[in-house]
Amino acid sequence: MMNRKATRYLAATLTTAILLTGCSGPWNNPHQESSVNQNQTVYYTNFQLPPQHFDPAISYSTDESMLIDQIYEPPLGYHFLKRPYELEPLAAESMPDVRYLNTNREEIPSDSPDVTFSKYTITLKEGIDYQPHPAFVKNSEGGYVYLFTDESETANYRTLSDFGQTATRGLDADDFLYQIKRIADPHNKAPLIGFLAQYIDGMSELTAELKTVERDGWLDLREFKMRGLERIDERTFSITIKGIYPQFSYWLAMHFFAPIPWEADRFYNNPGFKDNNLTLDWYPVGTGAYMMTRNDPNREIILERNPNFRDDFYPTEGAPGDKEAGLLADAGAKVPFIDKAIYSLDKEVLPMWTKFLQGYYDRSGENHGNVTQNFDQALTIGPEGVELTAEMQGREITLSQDVKPAVYYMGFNMLDDVVGGYSTEKQKLRQAISIAWNSEEYIEIFRNGSAIPFMGPIPPGIEGSLKGEAGINTYTHDWKNGKAVRKSIEYAKQLLTEAGYPNGRDAKTGKPLKLYLDVQAQATSKSLEDWQKRQLKKLGIELELRATDWNRYKEKMSTGNHQMFSYGWLADYPDPENFLFLLYGPQSPVACQCDGNNNANYDNPDYNKLYKQMKTMQPGLERNQLIAEMLDQVRADVPWFTGEYPKEYYLNNQWVSNTKRHGISKATLKYLKIDSEVRKQKQAEWNQPNLVPLVAGMSIFVALFVPAIRAYRRRQKLVINTDK
Amino acid sequence: MLAYIIRRLIYAIPILMGVNLITFLLFFVVNTPDDMARAQLGDKYVTGEAIELWKETNGYHQPLFFNDKEEGLTALTETIFFNKSISLFTFDFGQSESGRDITSDVSQRVWPSVMFALPTLLIGLWVNICIALLVVMFRNTGLEKAFVISFVGLMSVSYLFYIIGGQYLVTRLWNLVPVSGFQTGLDSFRFLVLPVAIGVIAGTGAGARLYRTLFLEEADQDYARTARAKGVSEVTVLFRHILPNAMIPILTNIVIVIPMLFMGSLVMESFFGIPGLGSYMIDALKSQDFAIVRTMVFIGSVLYIIGLIATDISYTLVDPRVRLN
Amino acid sequence: MKPVILWSDALLFILLAAMITFIVNIIRNNQSRERWSRVFHSRLGMSCFLIILTYIVIGVLDSLHFRKAVEPVEGQEQTEVYYSSHINSVLDLMLGEMGEEKEKTYSAPFSLKSYSKENMQDEQGNTYRAYASLKHAGKHLESPDDKPLDIVLQSFQALLMGLLISALLIAPHSYWMTGKNGIYPWKTAYVTLTIIICLLSWMIHISSLYHILGTDKAGNDVLYQCLKGIRTAMLIGTLATLIMMPIAISLGIAAGYFKGWVDDIIQYLYTTLSSIPGLLLIAASALLFQIWIDLNPDYFATGLEKGDAKFIGLCFILGVTSWATLCRLLRAETLKISQLDYVQAAHAFGVSHARIITKHILPNVTHIILIIFVLDFSGLVLAEAVLAYIGVGVDSSMHSWGNMISAGSAELSRVPAVWWNLAGAFTLMFVLVLAANLFSDLVNDAFNPKTRLEAA
Repeated sequence: MMNRKATRYLAATLTTAILLTGCSGPWNNPHQESSVNQNQTVYYTNFQLPPQHFDPAISYSTDESMLIDQIYEPPLGYHFLKRPYELEPLAAESMPDVRYLNTNREEIPSDSPDVTFSKYTITLKEGIDYQPHPAFVKNSEGGYVYLFTDESETANYRTLSDFGQTATRGLDADDFLYQIKRIADPHNKAPLIGFLAQYIDGMSELTAELKTVERDGWLDLREFKMRGLERIDERTFSITIKGIYPQFSYWLAMHFFAPIPWEADRFYNNPGFKDNNLTLDWYPVGTGAYMMTRNDPNREIILERNPNFRDDFYPTEGAPGDKEAGLLADAGAKVPFIDKAIYSLDKEVLPMWTKFLQGYYDRSGENHGNVTQNFDQALTIGPEGVELTAEMQGREITLSQDVKPAVYYMGFNMLDDVVGGYSTEKQKLRQAISIAWNSEEYIEIFRNGSAIPFMGPIPPGIEGSLKGEAGINTYTHDWKNGKAVRKSIEYAKQLLTEAGYPNGRDAKTGKPLKLYLDVQAQATSKSLEDWQKRQLKKLGIELELRATDWNRYKEKMSTGNHQMFSYGWLADYPDPENFLFLLYGPQSPVACQCDGNNNANYDNPDYNKLYKQMKTMQPGLERNQLIAEMLDQVRADVPWFTGEYPKEYYLNNQWVSNTKRHGISKATLKYLKIDSEVRKQKQAEWNQPNLVPLVAGMSIFVALFVPAIRAYRRRQKLVINTDK
Repeated sequence: MLAYIIRRLIYAIPILMGVNLITFLLFFVVNTPDDMARAQLGDKYVTGEAIELWKETNGYHQPLFFNDKEEGLTALTETIFFNKSISLFTFDFGQSESGRDITSDVSQRVWPSVMFALPTLLIGLWVNICIALLVVMFRNTGLEKAFVISFVGLMSVSYLFYIIGGQYLVTRLWNLVPVSGFQTGLDSFRFLVLPVAIGVIAGTGAGARLYRTLFLEEADQDYARTARAKGVSEVTVLFRHILPNAMIPILTNIVIVIPMLFMGSLVMESFFGIPGLGSYMIDALKSQDFAIVRTMVFIGSVLYIIGLIATDISYTLVDPRVRLN
Repeated sequence: MKPVILWSDALLFILLAAMITFIVNIIRNNQSRERWSRVFHSRLGMSCFLIILTYIVIGVLDSLHFRKAVEPVEGQEQTEVYYSSHINSVLDLMLGEMGEEKEKTYSAPFSLKSYSKENMQDEQGNTYRAYASLKHAGKHLESPDDKPLDIVLQSFQALLMGLLISALLIAPHSYWMTGKNGIYPWKTAYVTLTIIICLLSWMIHISSLYHILGTDKAGNDVLYQCLKGIRTAMLIGTLATLIMMPIAISLGIAAGYFKGWVDDIIQYLYTTLSSIPGLLLIAASALLFQIWIDLNPDYFATGLEKGDAKFIGLCFILGVTSWATLCRLLRAETLKISQLDYVQAAHAFGVSHARIITKHILPNVTHIILIIFVLDFSGLVLAEAVLAYIGVGVDSSMHSWGNMISAGSAELSRVPAVWWNLAGAFTLMFVLVLAANLFSDLVNDAFNPKTRLEAA
């Protein structure tokens, strides 16, 4: 019997070996190489969470932008290489032409006090076509082929590849207007419906009108007029917005304003399509460099080169240093370089990182989960800032980094009795805490240097944030030896004494000062809490943490039921206005009884006045002066006491080139270049299976049977002997 | 028999209703429809109107349980609870809060779950029985004692350790299989071999120990002793007599587990990136997708009840004395 | 100093009291005394018991909580005594400064330097990178080269101390036992005890000089955290069962005894509860409890109290999910017992239900309760780690092995790996669970010779 079992194990081992060797290449390759055409250049990467929306009117998350921004092209975009960020025309031929109108919609100069509307006129590039898509297929009579009236006709169509034919059509200015109307349509549940209605003329009226419309299936939005939109000719259209909002151009660079062909909208409203997930929210139709050919959010998403993509070229100029970094080697070459991009679902950070090191993912850092945890291992803080560890350098991995236009901050509730208020004592109390809270140390321990310490609400790289000595927060830092140095704890203690809390005790009663920090339960950990408590302990202040779930956290914010809190803001566009409004008084959720963004409830009349003034100004010296004044006010008042400006990275395997991190735009896949040969070679080199433990384990297992069989035989004999 | 099954299925209805009510309560005490809308719409620039609109189009604008604006019975039917529950019982799962068709997602994700769980169960069963038989063969020797202690040792290691350790050694140091992920077809072997192996090893301690006691119990029965007395070899006694008899409790114990295989293993799936139902459920919980959570709980309880019924039936099949009534 | 009794402390003390009464009862009752002595006859049982006892003692010491008074600042009048919001335990006192000795971030076991290089500045203000010296390790050394010798010497000293203490403890007992022909394996007990005491004395002594298990990300001593985790593990293993027991016992017996519609309702209840996927139920209920705590912040003065309340909530939920098994077993057993002649006879004599249940049924199902209690213990300790991984584990204000393990899996992939966090938690957990498993086996054998419980 034992022999039989042993043979069975042997057989199992053999089959294993055969199956394993049957696959080409290294055993641990997570990709199905056989499914890929060998002549194609493929980019391998991953997504962390199944994307929920691909509809450009609805999608509003970074993870989704990573995919759909390669597909949809809004009128404007960001220059790939230039820093600070610069807008450039994308689907548009040139930057929009802006005119200012009075109440009678007559043109007036921009500095006139009567400006009530701004009119943006956009002219499109010539020769832009949509990707091949079944929605455009017409029969010989000119009717659309894939139009059905009944669910039974559509039962066989489960994915987009089930449609035999595809066709295309040229881009029309009307498609942009169609998309804006889609945002206004309450049926589409666009997250920005309320926000954009404040600006775009006539949007709320259209929403109200559409709410009352009876609908059965597709609603042709072309039949509805919206006051602020106008199609001038097939390549020109205009959008009218209320008042002056210089930042509107930045919105035109977001996928909300990408064109949607009405044919696609009608196509996806075919009866029964929704039950098979055949929706615009699932299969995008765009004019961009790539098109989505497979969408299985549970496994993988594949983008392929759009054969109808317009002529587009690699930028010929870049930021200083780009040429040296080899980023201009392909200047003027036709893009895109990659034929196919395969995104696999990979939720956990560790496997993601391992696969990158094994060479199965070309870049690391496309998902934010990577940044927080695993760059720990890749980066060290060198004398010149962050650098790669020796191990990474040994693998010839390169690093491209960019400061995100974002700020993570910790603030006070200015309405709180203990820490809030605008008196000098309270200011000093907050300043003392701000000094004691060593954000440099936090960044070193918990972020491994992948952030820049907080100096004010505006992150570096955005106008208004100054470099060098001029940019430091003089309330917390001194400028010594060409560096910002945090003020001493002694100074902070002195401030605290002046604030009425000598050694952290109430000057009158001797009661220890105890503060409460509200944190999100998911975002905290034992080690972080320990560290946070230690910061205030330096001043003799006790810190108590209150961890709650996200919903409750939001609720506390909106009711002003918090004392200290932490929050973050990822800007939509690189303009100081998008940061300074976070401290604008009327934005306070308690004051406006709405979902305001001023969680500190900071309400300083001087600041508010300056903000209102600065909001409608064009960028320039004059505006910068106002911003400097505002920053100074905020630094003295300390509604936010610490924080950081996160950096974003790509770690690139050596076969990846033309990769530069862009803090805002995700539409950079078309520039990326990959050397498949090097990749193949390195993958084989790095992933030699180590068979020793496997063989050793098997041998030990088999070896164990020998004494067992012997013992059994002996025993069997023994029994027989005694019986006799 | 058929009558019995039908009756049990009818009994299942109040249980499912109870489960549905509990899910509903637990979910909505923690989350309000407003929270759900925010989770779907994002946190930036969301206005109150957008939230109201979302709730209305997704059917969360009504009161939870009792609609005091309506008269009579409609006061109970024009509520979120009623409207959301009624479709469940017709097995119409509808769409997730983000607009995906749940039925197609579930039917797609169930296969990876089963492909991992079924081999783990079967191979585990086979390995455990083999080891247990081996131990029983050497009963009352030092070998047995060593085995039993090592079973307890295996049982005392946290499940997470097997995973962390196995993944670290096999995928990181030895490069034998992919770290995580999944592919269909024959290729799935490479992705499943490690999780299945870990699942089997982690279950060996408890499993083999349990089977050992079952076998030992049979080994001392009269029929086994008689066989031995007749001079039948120990191996034959074990395989011909003890194994078939001990299989009855083993198999009846397993029947209840089988339907649950479809639900997937939560921890394993997330560690090894298997896109099964376990990770589907966790994703839904994280993104506060009530429609999915509710559906998964419902499917889970249906499967559990099926398991219970199947167990009862299996008793009658193996033991003619048991009657269902 | 102001003593603080957390809810979990109170429950632990109740549990202790119950255990003591239980032991007293055992000693009084001949039959059960005989059974229990069978457990202790084996050498394995004796050593396992001592190991578990050590864990219990550490857990109990860690449950004697107090708040230190905040010392008044010089030159300032203070009308009232204020207490720190930080809650300490007697264990903290016994471990000396171990919990207070914080470094900046990671350091390896017995290391004198930090784990990774840091930016430092020399006198001229130039930045260079080097391994920073730790603040609380090897401070007594004159040169770092003395470290290995010093560790050996100090260990020797500590072990001697341990031997001395054990000798002092063991000598009177063995003197008292001489001549008596005891049936218990006292020698094994002595050896185990000596090992435990030596280990503890070594740990306390050396940890005042070095970080035996290194430090974690925030520079906390890992050994200290591991030891603090003992209380959490002991509590989760016992409280969950303790909390659910009254419900399970009363409902299980009621269902088996009264039958009819009572039985129907109770069966319905546990089938419904157990048909909800357990993890979902735990996750949802844990959130629910968290929200209740958030909405009633006044009940909890400090963060630890809040964490404690959440912890009890978790124990309760774990109890509820495992409630059905015990309930089902008790129901079946009661059904059987209530058919017995003497119970039927008691009925005929008109004995009240309450009396029949307490006098005839309850004593006959105690062994089931006991066995479930010991069997569930290790499972619950292990479950905590999985819960922590999923993110519904113990609150981060409490030390727990589960949280350490789930954090440790990521640390393992650093280069070079940070393994001590994981290893520390793993070892302590493994020893406890192993001892508990072996012990529960013996208990099961002693009390459950024939009837086979559905072991899971």
